Amino acid sequence: MPSAEHKSAVGANRILFILAILLVAVATTSMILGHLYIAPGQILRIFAANVLPMERTWSPAVESILLDVRLPRLMAGMLVGAGLSVSGAAFQGLFRNPLVSPHILGVSAGAGFGAALAILFFGNIIAVQILSFVFGLLAVLLTYCLSRVYRSTPVLMLVLSGIIVGALFSAGTSLIQYVADPANEMPSIVFWLLGSLNNASNRDMVVVAPIILVGITVLLLIRWQINLLAMGEEDARALGVDTTRIRATVILCATMIAAAAVSIGGIIGWIGLVIPHIGRLLAGPDNKILLPVTVLVGAAYLVAVDTIARTAMAMEIPIGVLTSLVGAPIFAYLLRKNRSGW
Amino acid sequence: MNPLLSVHNLGFSYGEDGARPIFSDVSFSVASGDVFCLLGPNGTGKSTLLKCISNVLHGWQGKIFLDGRDIAHMKPAEVAKGISYVPQSQQSPFPFLVHDIVVMGRAPHINVFSSPTQKDRDIALAALETVGIRHLAHRPCTMLSGGEWQLTLIARALAQQPRLMILDEPTSHLDMGNQVRILRVVRNLAEQGLGIIMASHFPDHAFIAATEAAILNGGLMHHKGRPDEVITAENLEAAYGIVVKVLHIGAEVNRKACFPTLHTSAP
Repeated sequence: MPSAEHKSAVGANRILFILAILLVAVATTSMILGHLYIAPGQILRIFAANVLPMERTWSPAVESILLDVRLPRLMAGMLVGAGLSVSGAAFQGLFRNPLVSPHILGVSAGAGFGAALAILFFGNIIAVQILSFVFGLLAVLLTYCLSRVYRSTPVLMLVLSGIIVGALFSAGTSLIQYVADPANEMPSIVFWLLGSLNNASNRDMVVVAPIILVGITVLLLIRWQINLLAMGEEDARALGVDTTRIRATVILCATMIAAAAVSIGGIIGWIGLVIPHIGRLLAGPDNKILLPVTVLVGAAYLVAVDTIARTAMAMEIPIGVLTSLVGAPIFAYLLRKNRSGW
Repeated sequence: MNPLLSVHNLGFSYGEDGARPIFSDVSFSVASGDVFCLLGPNGTGKSTLLKCISNVLHGWQGKIFLDGRDIAHMKPAEVAKGISYVPQSQQSPFPFLVHDIVVMGRAPHINVFSSPTQKDRDIALAALETVGIRHLAHRPCTMLSGGEWQLTLIARALAQQPRLMILDEPTSHLDMGNQVRILRVVRNLAEQGLGIIMASHFPDHAFIAATEAAILNGGLMHHKGRPDEVITAENLEAAYGIVVKVLHIGAEVNRKACFPTLHTSAP
């Protein structure tokens, strides 16, 4: 039925268009809201003044809040949200399991250990970012090598190795928390583990944005291959897929994204698990459409949650707490709704 | 002229240094239009043999030639353009539509960074038409019966536009009606010039649909040839360890059929 085919392609484009508008709306709201209200017209004028010769009628403080605080934080929210969501969707296809998140291979456990180590020994934010990124990658590398030692079902071995490596690094993090100074090191480790985009700066964005963007782009490029992997290792091979190479590419991209995300935002849970499910509800299971949808939904969702995290109360709510608080009930609802299959 | 597929002294073992041999020294060939039916008891390595030829399993010994080309020196996608594989059964955690699954058969023809085009989707629809389940195109695969799944997988294998199709026990777990529908599809495909290799637990199915048969037992391939040469009471007794009568049924059936008995030795 070519007409039905055509209709579904049109449907996919319409969903993407609506989600893109939603993302713009959420992003704009996020720029407006905060301890200081900045009117939409004002925001446009401030942006314009940076490219056109215009007279500045506002205080430099307002401009700084918009460009140096809210803008990088908005970028971080969009990139981390989109990146974790699209990696989650790719991993769920790769592992043929809708309950998998990008953290399954131990990236967050490794990054958490790296961050705790940096807080204990160096105590500055740059060291925290670098060590969390490096240890996040290291943990997944260990998982990958460990899974290759056993010569049986590669996907199952990856998950089991991820559990082993994750447990080791979590134990290390607990040990560091135990020996850390309870007056200030301890709270900053805990705060970091709960996740926050509070520290996102333009300087971070220059380093982190390209890593996340490259990861997202590669995953989007090979998104149809993920359908093939979702049919299982043997089927994919029989269809001529170089499964080892595609799997390694997906793992590399998702890990770079997750490690980069964790290094600027701490451990933000649930989003990589829940957003792909919302995406499937909107667009169906075909990764060709699902992956672009999760990019937009994930970006809009995390920016919305982050805006709530910094405006709802006088003090900032850790974003990881909010994503779990919001994500868990959504997931419970989806489980009920999706009884016929994912 | 080279046969479509020829297998020379194929062997496979699991474990380090061939610790657990599955089969060895298997040689046979299949031509276009042949239906080659592979019989043998459970756990004798039929599936493993089919997976080696389909390039799903690696590390076999011996040679496999497709149109005279050694598949060990071909890229995975090249092999998949010539040989398609229908697994024994399939499940999907995600409710992909039947059409989406059949389009996956186009994978060897599609670049890693691309997605299927309208042409690929049309080929998939034609494959669905051929196996007679076009009406299922937009059904989620999580809502298929066993027979519908099997036909979907055959359609996917057909969308690869292969020269040889390998089916691993395509009629297991199916009711009698679906078994015969699958055999009819297989036979039609062979008549259109496809080579077919099919593993089966039913010797009768070789009589119904096959042009060649072979028995794999104890790691060796015994008795290959025409079905009525291979499927004899003695050979079945040796392979399955039971007493079987193979009789010719006249009248409207006009073929041989197998009748297992509960005797422990030939009366």
